[in-house]
Amino acid sequence: MTATSPQTIQTVIVAPPSARSRGRSVGWWGIVVVIATEGTIFLGLLSTYFFLRASSPRWPPAGVAAPELPLISVFTVVLLASSLPIFWAEAGIARGQQGRLRAGLLVSFLLGAAFLGNQIYEYNHLEFGWTDHAYASIFWTTTGLHGLHVLGGLLISLVVQAKAWSGKLSAEHHESMQVFSLYWHFVDAVWIFVFSSLYLSPHLQ
Amino acid sequence: MATTEVRPAAEEPEHLEEIWEDDPGVPGFFSTIDHKRIGKRYIYTCFVFFAVGGIMALVMRLQLAGSEHTVLSPSAYNELFTVHGTTMIFLFNTPVLAGFGNYLLPMMIGTRDMAFPRLNAFSYWIFVLAGIFFYSSFLVDSAPDGGWFAYTPLTDKAYSAGLNLDFWGLGVAFVGISTTVGAVNFIVTTFKMRAPGMSLNRLPIYVWSMLVFSFMVIFAVPAVTLAAGLLELDRLFGTAFFVPKAGGSTLLYQHLFWFWGHPEVYILFVPAAGMISMIIPVFSRRPLAGYLWVAASLVAIGFISFGVWVHHMFATGMPALALSFFAAVSLIIAIPSGVQFFAWIATMWHGTVRFTTPMLFALGFLLVFLLGGITGVMVAVLPFDWQATDSYFIVAHLHYVLNGAVVFPIFAALYFWLPKITGRMLNERLGHTSFWTMFIGFNLAFFPMHILGFLGMPRRIYTYSSGLGWDALNLVVTLGSFAFGLGVLLTIINMAVSHFRGARAPDNPWEADTLEWATSSPPPDYNFEAVPVVASRHPLWDQQPLPVADSGPDDATRAFGPAGAHEHTTPITGGLRAAPETTMRIPEPTILPFVFAAGLAVFVVGLLAQALVVGVAGLALGMVGLAWWVWRIGEH
Repeated sequence: MTATSPQTIQTVIVAPPSARSRGRSVGWWGIVVVIATEGTIFLGLLSTYFFLRASSPRWPPAGVAAPELPLISVFTVVLLASSLPIFWAEAGIARGQQGRLRAGLLVSFLLGAAFLGNQIYEYNHLEFGWTDHAYASIFWTTTGLHGLHVLGGLLISLVVQAKAWSGKLSAEHHESMQVFSLYWHFVDAVWIFVFSSLYLSPHLQ
Repeated sequence: MATTEVRPAAEEPEHLEEIWEDDPGVPGFFSTIDHKRIGKRYIYTCFVFFAVGGIMALVMRLQLAGSEHTVLSPSAYNELFTVHGTTMIFLFNTPVLAGFGNYLLPMMIGTRDMAFPRLNAFSYWIFVLAGIFFYSSFLVDSAPDGGWFAYTPLTDKAYSAGLNLDFWGLGVAFVGISTTVGAVNFIVTTFKMRAPGMSLNRLPIYVWSMLVFSFMVIFAVPAVTLAAGLLELDRLFGTAFFVPKAGGSTLLYQHLFWFWGHPEVYILFVPAAGMISMIIPVFSRRPLAGYLWVAASLVAIGFISFGVWVHHMFATGMPALALSFFAAVSLIIAIPSGVQFFAWIATMWHGTVRFTTPMLFALGFLLVFLLGGITGVMVAVLPFDWQATDSYFIVAHLHYVLNGAVVFPIFAALYFWLPKITGRMLNERLGHTSFWTMFIGFNLAFFPMHILGFLGMPRRIYTYSSGLGWDALNLVVTLGSFAFGLGVLLTIINMAVSHFRGARAPDNPWEADTLEWATSSPPPDYNFEAVPVVASRHPLWDQQPLPVADSGPDDATRAFGPAGAHEHTTPITGGLRAAPETTMRIPEPTILPFVFAAGLAVFVVGLLAQALVVGVAGLALGMVGLAWWVWRIGEH
């Protein structure tokens, strides 16, 4: 239990790993933890939604119709579909296929942008402003925060596309694509819960 | 671990310093991403906030020393108790624990920096800018005055018209970013950067505690961000979340706030307990008793602490079933705390205790934590809580746990690790004097508050009439609080004296067992020229001499040895046994974390001033920062 003797040091050659044992990257773990905390924010907003609903005599409040479903249902499919080309692109770059990577990212980007466009359209046609009542506040805030996440995801997609086109991604090394793909799937998955809660559940009386 | 060889130590690697050192002067100050410099800065900044918050408490105690004093106006008193509480929770306790984690955790697990060094710098700048933002409220005479938990409807725009509460709401949401990204960093660093051989069952208990701390932060902080964020939407933009006449709910605010607020108590306690579990064994000259039980207790506290928040709301008229559930969980959480307590006692029982200053603070912690824990069990009992709630009994309880059970460990940690951080010892005699002054002052200040609570003194009153039987006890409380303040001052003097005249600290002055003590005092910029190879829970006790790894030929093992240090890299390991995986290049110093933190601060100020342009500019900067980060993700 004394200080290390300064005269000698014992060195160890650490055995290198077998090819199969390589774990997830630091960036992958980072985005997983970020997704956990972001997901908790959405969980909090949806809990807020149902808390407000439970403490209101009528939901939506008198004079407000339950959200219309046809258009948003279509764009829900559009948003969820935008995950598929990401799977396809990621599998492609894992085999070194740059074309699949670029095409998949582009298609996914267009689908995501279409979803966001519809959301802006819907905001312009909502019959209530977010200060009208608590129902309006939580509706705007939840969909708005999700929309910001879509916007952020599109921005990241642009950067990853720029990297894809400048040839920075390879079969062995495409960590930013892995990070983006996880994040994008997360944004899509959250929408399933937002859609079910904010759009579908008011129709269940 | 195929081969070992014993060979003479290499010459002192001076050119390594050149590879790792920061830019000199002011640019270096803003561009550093060294976890040790950031950790040190965290700790020192936090102590400034601790001193300011403490002075506020002393001014309040002057006001309350006797009946009907006029040191403070009622509104000034409201501002002081609000800012005191907010400072101690958000700007001292939480960040100082993150600061120690920043400094210690990478060295304890045998790596050269954190997993995201730039994010680490970003986290510090957010914290300090949030603190400055919060305190700038005094400059425009609008200090927050709605209590540290800022309950609605009092804090709605209708009843608190000024900017006061906006400084609180925006500041709290802002500083939450710092805590969260810090937690992300701790988790990934612990998962991916442990020295080879440091399996989970060899992880120092302090690292376990920081891991639990971080996971709790990840799942709890979003709730307070929502509480403060939705409050600010209500206040700034007129939404109706907490406005009952428009369908909102004031109770909702309390749920959101305490869903963070109660885990937060354990977010503070868990790393503090982790520090104690490092210090007591070293000064008992034996390993911690029940390592597995202590680690499991920390994890259990992490889980259970998410099921107790309603015990802050027992008096809000909720259904009996809900109250019973939360009361039961609040009792159950005492069990893992008790397990640790007995582990500490058993360690000392079977050891040979040395009464150094860090050990004294650890022992002081045991006593005040015992008392805070007992009153905690008391207020978990519903009928008792209904009597005691909002009285000075609660003030006493929360100070025993948040000041006693967190600040005493922080001081123990300061005396324990400061020689490693600064390379100079602290004066033991002054340390002992400081401890006894703080310990006696603490109990004189806070124990009588229990009795004042029983005598009916409510919390948050700016004065009281004589003849209620409160005068004498309040005077004792005031004297005790000044004694406590004097004790803190003695430690600050001790730190200052040590800085200039302290004896040189040896590498391992306490003959401790963990890897941070294998470095020089203070440690070199690169921490370890060659990364240690761990084969024990107590490497410096069991592995003599401590073996270090050599650089292998491939990407997975290249960073272990001196070659890795020369290339400004650190190894990435993984799996339960920390097997080698790849090499991480540590980024060069950069001012961008500071720039983006400043951009976010501009955004927050824009919200405060409701200046759309400023806000949008800040948000745009944030977006650019995000894009830049994704662009720079190293594809390797």
